[in-house]
Amino acid sequence: MSSVTALSNDDIRDLYRELILDHARQPRHYGVLAGATHSAEGINPLCGDKLHLHLRVDDAGVVRDVAFEGSGCAISVASASLLTDEVLGLSRENALAKMEQVTGALRGEATADELGKLNALLGVREFPSRVKCASLAWHALSAALGGRRIASTEN
Amino acid sequence: MKPLKAESDDALLNVRDDFPALDQAIHGHPLVYLDSAASAQQPQAVIDAVANYQQSDHANVHRGVHTLSHRATEAYEGARDKLRAFINAASRSEIVLTSGTTESINLVAQSYGRPRLQRGDQVLITHLEHHSNIVPWQLVCEQTGAELIVAPINEDGSLDVERMIELMTEAVRIVAVGHVSNALGTVNPVRRIVDAAHECDIPVLVDGAQGVPHMAVDVQALGCDFYVFSGHKMFGPTGTGVLYGREALLDAMPPWKGGGDMILEVRFDGTVFNELPYKFEAGTPNIAGVIGLGAAVDYLKRVKLDRIAAHETALLAYLTQQLSEIDGLRLIGTAPDKASVQSFLVGDIHPHDLGTILDHQGIAIRTGHHCAMPVMQRFDIPGTARASLALYNDRDDVDRLVSAVRKAQEIFA
Repeated sequence: MSSVTALSNDDIRDLYRELILDHARQPRHYGVLAGATHSAEGINPLCGDKLHLHLRVDDAGVVRDVAFEGSGCAISVASASLLTDEVLGLSRENALAKMEQVTGALRGEATADELGKLNALLGVREFPSRVKCASLAWHALSAALGGRRIASTEN
Repeated sequence: MKPLKAESDDALLNVRDDFPALDQAIHGHPLVYLDSAASAQQPQAVIDAVANYQQSDHANVHRGVHTLSHRATEAYEGARDKLRAFINAASRSEIVLTSGTTESINLVAQSYGRPRLQRGDQVLITHLEHHSNIVPWQLVCEQTGAELIVAPINEDGSLDVERMIELMTEAVRIVAVGHVSNALGTVNPVRRIVDAAHECDIPVLVDGAQGVPHMAVDVQALGCDFYVFSGHKMFGPTGTGVLYGREALLDAMPPWKGGGDMILEVRFDGTVFNELPYKFEAGTPNIAGVIGLGAAVDYLKRVKLDRIAAHETALLAYLTQQLSEIDGLRLIGTAPDKASVQSFLVGDIHPHDLGTILDHQGIAIRTGHHCAMPVMQRFDIPGTARASLALYNDRDDVDRLVSAVRKAQEIFA
């Protein structure tokens, strides 16, 4: 019997750690946003996940309000929820820098330093097929701030 | 729920060792493969047939006078003969080799449908169809102005056949229906649908992708006009498939793709097309794949399709019963007549999360919309987890699945 790289039992608990399950069950800033200045849709056509991200950015370029809605797996919903906590109060530039930092860390290209509670998302690195779930909301953030309406995991 | 009979000796096939891919560990657990409806594993006999051809018989078919070309042609055309017998077509002219079910349906939509359809005409399908039996018809309807209409399904995932028959008015020019639903496992009453359509002179295409791996199919007994299926769902290689069509219909249809092999004579002032079935087979085909598909037919004949059907019927009943005993598990698709597939949802666990947790325990299932988004829309769900059975699965596989689902519930508790 040949053996494929064995993941330990801890890996699955690491993926679905309490913080992730908490945000998946009770997503923060869930809903629509009156007065949104930036919106985009994140789509993963392979699995059908779809979420809308809405931002209100003030004249100084600071994210003053944020909301998301949609349906998806625990990983994609938790990631979107964590995103909304993270970008609130950030300047547009810092929000985009955070997006680069997180997606880079998810791809394994960057270190996890200074990610704070977003570290909880890095459990997906042991599950290549799920990295896109964790990245989806962040690509939607980049699209929204860049004036694009749709971000697809397949582009 | 009916009490289960003990699995009889006859229903135990003991063919697992024929499939080398099943003998491996995934994440430290022996593989349990419950995703055959997406793509089935291949027996050693198929792998060997492909390898032997590549190693010693490869050349182009229908072309050379040399020995290898002759051998390749014999093996390739031999596979066509096996496929003809496999579905009891009347003639080998009726067996068009394609890249799969999707190409077969596109061929019929474009070559049969497009010249005949016009504004005011209708194409009738069902709410159970796979995207490959929806989108080709949407395309040809856009091209011609015809309308796509859809027969509804019931809450248990069975087809509303009475309503479907009512929809067969004079406007309907073709009916396309799946033999077995890939998402829910519903077996459609194809013979009844064909009879009703023929009373109105409407031809019927049957998508048999999920039919042929699980039951003996006799196209003449079904009476359908077209029957299409894929090699990789019936333990053959990917990139192979069949379009069966009644000879009179195929004969009247124009070629779909142009190129080498589908012609008798090419001149700049006009080309004479080859006879059936070659008229529809432009270019060098998937020779190795088709030879492997021929070996898959031999394999199924050896195991015997009626034994496979009996084994899977008993195992599906066991699977459904075991799953239904899990608290918070919802079965999707509980039609009285089903084959090989059970879709389900577990509490509020998203199917993808369930799929990852099961994979972690060595269990392969499909999660998501199964290329049948309208079925998911019908039940207002984002997708399902789907366990699909084949001849190599047994009760141990089901028991492993059930315990892995309980583990997922613990993680999400």
